Amino acid sequence: MTTVAEPTLVRAEQVRKSFGMHEVLKGIDLEVRRGEVMCVIGPSGSGKTTLLRCINHLEKITSGRLTVDGELVGYEQRGDKLYELTEREVARMRSTIGMVFQHFNLFPHMTVLGNIIEAPCRVKGISRTDATDIARRLLDQVGLGGRESWYPRQLSGGQQQRVAIARALAMEPKLMLFDEPTSALDPELVGDVLDVMRDLAGSGMTMFVVTHEMGFAREVGDKLVFMDDGVVVETGTPKDVIAKPQHKRTKSFLSKVL
Amino acid sequence: MSDTPGPPDPARQIKAVPVRHPWRWVTVAIIAVLVAMLVHTLAFSKVRRGKIESRWQWGIVGHYFFSSPVLHGAEHTVLLTVVCMAMGIVGGTVLAVMRLSPNPIVSSTSWAYIWFFRGTPVLLQIFFWYFVAYLYPAITLGIPFTHVTFVHITTQSVIGKFTAALLGLGLNEAAYMAEIVRAGIISVDEGQTEAASALGMHRLLIMRRIVLPQAMRVIIPPTGNETISMLKTTSLAYSIAYVELLYAVQLIYANNYETIPLLLTAALWYLLMTSVLYVGQYYIERYYARGSARSLPPTPRQRLLTTLTTLRRTPNPQIDDILGRPHA
Repeated sequence: MTTVAEPTLVRAEQVRKSFGMHEVLKGIDLEVRRGEVMCVIGPSGSGKTTLLRCINHLEKITSGRLTVDGELVGYEQRGDKLYELTEREVARMRSTIGMVFQHFNLFPHMTVLGNIIEAPCRVKGISRTDATDIARRLLDQVGLGGRESWYPRQLSGGQQQRVAIARALAMEPKLMLFDEPTSALDPELVGDVLDVMRDLAGSGMTMFVVTHEMGFAREVGDKLVFMDDGVVVETGTPKDVIAKPQHKRTKSFLSKVL
Repeated sequence: MSDTPGPPDPARQIKAVPVRHPWRWVTVAIIAVLVAMLVHTLAFSKVRRGKIESRWQWGIVGHYFFSSPVLHGAEHTVLLTVVCMAMGIVGGTVLAVMRLSPNPIVSSTSWAYIWFFRGTPVLLQIFFWYFVAYLYPAITLGIPFTHVTFVHITTQSVIGKFTAALLGLGLNEAAYMAEIVRAGIISVDEGQTEAASALGMHRLLIMRRIVLPQAMRVIIPPTGNETISMLKTTSLAYSIAYVELLYAVQLIYANNYETIPLLLTAALWYLLMTSVLYVGQYYIERYYARGSARSLPPTPRQRLLTTLTTLRRTPNPQIDDILGRPHA
């Protein structure tokens, strides 16, 4: 059904998500096109991280429709019925989507190399030698060549986050999700991580970035989404949204962060 | 006031009278006396039992320490400990993973097992397995609720003293280990599981490759505890006349009435074996600490080498300056 010509990679239609009685996403509509960098900003508790986690099914949506590359996330439609995917099918879907966490979540008991080759070897079945070659290339790409045998604890936060990016890229994902990737970093380390992300965007990777870095959003983002209280308040090019926000809530948020 | 001290000279080292600790010397004196008394009574004190001999009868201890029945008993104790702990660790890990399963049937099965085996005395369980042949004289393999059987053996031919002791101690240990492993698993940050799932790893792979290796740091110290405890609990097998270390010495002193020195022999063997376990635990802990500390703690051998090399090191004024030491 899906063809390479399909320009939309992520499509959300009236996506809702509740935790018990508390509704976090209240009908989200958005579209990420192939090769596009979408930045999502908004106050804490606005639902932006939850939305990101729904895209690789770390959270199940309560209603609406969410597709990645034309396939429903977490479900399969046969006729007019939805079937839940099995654990293995969900895992296979996740292996095509890279994710970078606010707190890096590197595996502390494995070396940098071990962290990067774990999933390619165990999930994709790539040989250790090939995976190691890929890992070396990716480490060079994120500016950490030669750190293969270091343990995460021996690296600075910025270095750990760059290893985490390399780890996600080793699975050759079609989409990269970034969940506030620089929020846990010391200010002087933010630049290195953003540089890596800028290069990645330049190479044509489709990226969905939840961030507080307005400079990055303005410079690298193709689209900027402002979310508040579980809804998309405003969408547009970063320049337009940041320079001339249309909504009162966007204006008040931007006045606090800029 | 003309004798106010001038501004402190920043280059001069502070010279102050250190705090005195007179009570330390009192404690040292008391402990020294107590230790001297202990050494005296253990090693030098003599009593008359027909003839004059040492109170603790070290000669008899020495005579039996490497005797073949005692060695045999010690060997059985080690065998029981190793096999029961293996059963406990494997069974406990399975039970812990089951307990954390999202499937309610699986998790409550595990809960029920733990409830039963922790809730009854282990001695009772050993007896129960020993006498299980009265309850089920034969073990058959076939289709349940029909008369079709493929294998038929008598229970007595399978469950002897050794097997009964294994089942009693091992199945009981699994229940305790399950809680230890579960504590280890839930101590691992949830972000680890999320990161692994986001990479497309499935539940069991995440458990085996990501969660359990990290849980080991929490699991090992109490497991060492359990192993030491198991080594001593195997002595309960004497109740079904299985000849482990304690029963072995009992058989000897039942004949020659040298009760105390033979109990002492067993005690020394138990101490020796638990000491070996300490060493093993140290190295296992060190192995699983990799990546968690900035540098691994040195092994005793490395520590010794470092001490020796620092003692012989050539003087280095620069390091002395940094450490504030006077130049050699």
